[in-house]
Amino acid sequence: MTQSLNRIAAMTARYYYILRSSWLRLLEIVYWPAMQMMVWGFLYTYLYQSKSAMASTAGLLLGAVLLWDVLFRGQLGFTFTFLEEIWSRNLANLMMSPLQPAELAASLMLMSLIRLVIGTLPVTLLTLLLFGFNVFAMGPGLILFFLNLVLTSWAIGLVVAGLVIRQGLGAESLAYSIMIVLLPLCCVYYPVEALPVWLHPVAWSLTPTYVFEGMRAVLLDGTFRTDLMMECLALNAVYLGMGFATFVALLQSARHKGGLLTMGE
Amino acid sequence: MSSIERFLPRRHLTPVSPNTTPAQDNAPVSLGIDEAPAIAVEDLCKKYHTHWAVDDVNFNVPKGWTVGLLGGNGAGKTTTIAMIMGLVVPSFGRAMVLGHDMATERHKVLSRMNFESPYVALPGRLTVRQNLTVFGRLYGVANLKARIEELIEDFELGDVLDRVTGRLSAGQKTRVAVAKALINDPDVLLLDEPTASLDPDRAEWVRSRLRAYQKRRGATILLSSHNMTEVEQLCDFVVIMSHGRIVAMGRPGELAERFKCRDLDEVFIYLARVA
Repeated sequence: MTQSLNRIAAMTARYYYILRSSWLRLLEIVYWPAMQMMVWGFLYTYLYQSKSAMASTAGLLLGAVLLWDVLFRGQLGFTFTFLEEIWSRNLANLMMSPLQPAELAASLMLMSLIRLVIGTLPVTLLTLLLFGFNVFAMGPGLILFFLNLVLTSWAIGLVVAGLVIRQGLGAESLAYSIMIVLLPLCCVYYPVEALPVWLHPVAWSLTPTYVFEGMRAVLLDGTFRTDLMMECLALNAVYLGMGFATFVALLQSARHKGGLLTMGE
Repeated sequence: MSSIERFLPRRHLTPVSPNTTPAQDNAPVSLGIDEAPAIAVEDLCKKYHTHWAVDDVNFNVPKGWTVGLLGGNGAGKTTTIAMIMGLVVPSFGRAMVLGHDMATERHKVLSRMNFESPYVALPGRLTVRQNLTVFGRLYGVANLKARIEELIEDFELGDVLDRVTGRLSAGQKTRVAVAKALINDPDVLLLDEPTASLDPDRAEWVRSRLRAYQKRRGATILLSSHNMTEVEQLCDFVVIMSHGRIVAMGRPGELAERFKCRDLDEVFIYLARVA
């Protein structure tokens, strides 16, 4: 157990060294969420001041943008940290070391969390200062929203990392694109009722739907839906397990296919 | 039958070494050592689609020996080494290291192995010190600071220790890569063209370090190289591959004698053309 923790710490140190080595990388982590927030923030301000029917729901927009970013950046942080190994042709060094797949996954999760905090905390403060929207007003429930979205992002990150190992850098674009499939289905900006009835089961099979519905319940009705969050946690446990099993299966498949030694060439 | 076919049973082959009798042909070649081998390659095959990259390869590497794996481009050396490392699962047969099947039990032995390959690089954005520290911790090296100091001294890395690895010269990178390969004092060391990017002086210098390590540790080394002088200097035994198969094996001097060549270079060229 101690050796396992040492290896996770070694990998986290490795990723921390990379992050520390370039201020541009650090800036990039904050840059995209900040720019996105500016656009939506000004729209929020416009709607709020227009006194239209939309004004009362303008806050939902910023809450949704912030939480969507947690999901999106969490997955990017996980996958990009893994892609560093491919880009630097270091994967075989790791595969030949005593590092276990679960330890690699744990270090990627830890790094995803660190990148997420670096990226979202300044943006959250920016939103409060520029637009007067306080995401922390959602109360302690926000922690569960955050936790559930992060767990989902890791489950997806594990599958993407597995596909890159199996298919090579040809699957790299999935790192950017896979989350977009979820965007219309997990009801980020509108309630599930807005979808056609036949898509409802699909939406409720996606964990982010529970979080965004929960957020709307807090902001519109002032109620925290514990039931939704518990269901979401249970689903996330299943998805995270499936994500890790898929990662291990794709890694094993890559060992049959060959190419791990020359990965990144 | 061509001259080469005398050394090349087509299927289920074990090339005939000078000391084997025909009855032993289907068993891995024994090098006359009773102790269990450090590396045992048994009926090893790898098929990619319709192409056999490695076809029925058998050889053993006794503990403490340095064995050279030779062959032209596409001969199957890298795939064989990848299977010995457990990075590629064989289509048939098995590769055993220190008694463990590398397809299924590699985690039991990885801490006692290490490797260096030109296909793999150390993270370029990290300094040499950071890289050695990370890999030392991954391998669970005790007294890591002292071990890194030893390697700095052995490989004269003092000047580059705090430089970013990606900005080093090819020769410096190779020295760092070999230092990384020795960080855990491995019992089994797999080296894929370890001196390919070095000038002759530096290459000899690295060879001397490898010889010193092998002598001190009694390590087993499997070495792939195109440099026949290097192979003659370092290796106790040589396995030559062509088109995924072993076409000859023996001690470097014996091979030259058997093929009536002046040196291993000529043997290599002869086998490459005939095979």
